[in-house]
Amino acid sequence: MAEPLIEVLGLRKAFGRHRVLKGIDLSVEAGASVVLFGPNGAGKTTFLRILATLSRPTSGTVRVAGVDIKNNPEGIRQYLGLVTHAPLLYGDLSAQENLAFYARLYGIENAEKRIQELLDRVGLLHRRRDLVRTFSRGMVQRMAIARALLHNPPILLLDEPDTGLDPQAAEMMTDFLREIGGSQRTVLMTTHHLERGLDLADRVMILQGGRIVFDEPSDSLSYETLRPTYDEYVGKGAAVT
Amino acid sequence: MRRYFQVAWAVLWKDLRIELRTKDIFTSMAVFAVLSLMIFNFAFELRIPDKTVVIPGVLWVAIIFSGVLGLGRAFISEKDRGSMAGLLLAPVDRSAIYLGKMLASLLFILVMEAFLLPLMVIFFNTNFISLPLLLVLFLGTLGFAAVGTVFSGLAVNTRTREVLLPVLLFPVMLPVLMAGIRATIGFMEGDTLVDMMKWINLLLFFDIMYLVVAYMTFDFVVEE
Amino acid sequence: MKLSRRLLQMLNIAALVAMLAAVYAALVMAPDALNVDPAIRPAQRVIYFHVPSAWSSMLAFFVAFVASILYLVTKHIRWDIWARAASELGIAFTVAAIVSGSLWAKPAWNTYWTWDPRLTTYTIVLLLYIAYFMLRGAIDEPGRRARMAAVYGIFAFLSVPLTFMSIRWWNTIHPVIVDAPENAGKFGLGPNMLNAFMIVNIAFIIMFTALLANRIALGWAEERMDALKERLNF
Repeated sequence: MAEPLIEVLGLRKAFGRHRVLKGIDLSVEAGASVVLFGPNGAGKTTFLRILATLSRPTSGTVRVAGVDIKNNPEGIRQYLGLVTHAPLLYGDLSAQENLAFYARLYGIENAEKRIQELLDRVGLLHRRRDLVRTFSRGMVQRMAIARALLHNPPILLLDEPDTGLDPQAAEMMTDFLREIGGSQRTVLMTTHHLERGLDLADRVMILQGGRIVFDEPSDSLSYETLRPTYDEYVGKGAAVT
Repeated sequence: MRRYFQVAWAVLWKDLRIELRTKDIFTSMAVFAVLSLMIFNFAFELRIPDKTVVIPGVLWVAIIFSGVLGLGRAFISEKDRGSMAGLLLAPVDRSAIYLGKMLASLLFILVMEAFLLPLMVIFFNTNFISLPLLLVLFLGTLGFAAVGTVFSGLAVNTRTREVLLPVLLFPVMLPVLMAGIRATIGFMEGDTLVDMMKWINLLLFFDIMYLVVAYMTFDFVVEE
Repeated sequence: MKLSRRLLQMLNIAALVAMLAAVYAALVMAPDALNVDPAIRPAQRVIYFHVPSAWSSMLAFFVAFVASILYLVTKHIRWDIWARAASELGIAFTVAAIVSGSLWAKPAWNTYWTWDPRLTTYTIVLLLYIAYFMLRGAIDEPGRRARMAAVYGIFAFLSVPLTFMSIRWWNTIHPVIVDAPENAGKFGLGPNMLNAFMIVNIAFIIMFTALLANRIALGWAEERMDALKERLNF
């Protein structure tokens, strides 16, 4: 088996005395699609923020492509795209300007072409001169994904990308994610929505109380089998059906 | 190295673009500066014995007080939009973000000063503007923006935010205020740049020292 | 550094003895200052309290500064406890210096307060460290609080010499005792006064060390109590 792309060993994170992650071990192969379920406060967001180098682990190591993120966070960030609850966009800039700004942050050559291409893919090319503040929630979220994909990162981290979207917009986003996921990109995603998560992932995990309590390939699971398992670990009715 | 300045420039460009569109920061700083001129005018109106006594103080206090409004926005606006993480994801040393933010704040305050100075000339009916004064203003503003941008990053982490920024910032800014006021008095009384060299050196030392300290500590301000 | 209880007690006793020696040195050993107006000669003795307080406050802020740097380098909570303890003591000694100075200023300058730049600077230093504690008070998460406070502690301390320098260049009516030989005839100290002066300064340093050690021990106790509370809540 090839060396895992993401390797997490004994990862712990505490905010003061409040321990959020209590020892996570995980390795993810290149090209995998992993979905992380878990109730609010389970540590999903903290976990992704650590992978994205936004938050420092209290102890433990995280290696991306064999490199410890402590040693070279600047280098690792080039390989990561992150989508969070917040779109990380500026309402007072147009779609085009937002992406142009991020293109400069990532030092992308020929940004103009790449921006057009991405805006086209998320179906917002016709709105490229409009301020992002005029966009609907679904459009903003598609923009956020375009932003995360700008530098063509091999790893995509998605922190509840479907939160706050109406079902139709969430459906569109799922299709889009399936399309861009492909086989080369490694995707780590958190969601409350079991069915959607199961649909997108080839590996399913449940994070509860700062630990990974469940880790199975998704082809052995169906919604009907996952639901009771999830309820058992997390407590009934914690996830959106 | 080129990447570093590219990121700093990107942040500066982004802040300028947004500011040109919304004019939020400039408007609040400029209005506040005019208001403080008005208030000072009433406060001193009946007994201005000597304009050189009043103008330097009014000038620097107006700059520091209205400047802090602009500095507060540097990171608070990012935090409110939730866009801070976007900046921190840039694959470059985080001090580049600081540099961009600092330059943006510096520019905003300089523009506010460019607006304030002619107004003061009219209000006080004295042309006190000179080239050496502009140099001192620039050096003072640079130090102000250098420290203020870091403290804006500190304040954004607190519960009280904007309220705390002036409390943190003003006592540290005292050497700049003293040097600025003294040099301004000197220039108004006809001293040359050479006469005021020690104050200029003090400002230079302040600027360089705090830019270096900011460069070294900024990562700690934004990490989690 | 977790001091053993016995070491702490010895330090406390040493501080007590040192302070008794300081009182003797200031009130008995030191002769009257003959070169000042007879009316303010008793008041002049406040110098044996005022100056060591001021020096202790600077020592305290220096310790806080070094601890702040060490915190950022090591991220060890010990240095946060040190920085906080030293800053608190710095504030206490600064208040002591300002109050004693103003008590001397009344007979000497006929006012409790003047806008003498040095006096003003000390007040600014006080404000700096009050701001330091306001910053601490406004952040709940301990790690973040320690980090932000350490950064501010560094900026604050570095501004002190600059403020000091700028007031030197601004006219001052404050007596300069140590480093201005041309003032020796006016305000300088005679030989026995110098001995007394040395004794009080050493005594204050010992007292400062004892207070710091106690405050740090208290800091660790608070830390343990928080941990205990946390565990009981679970």
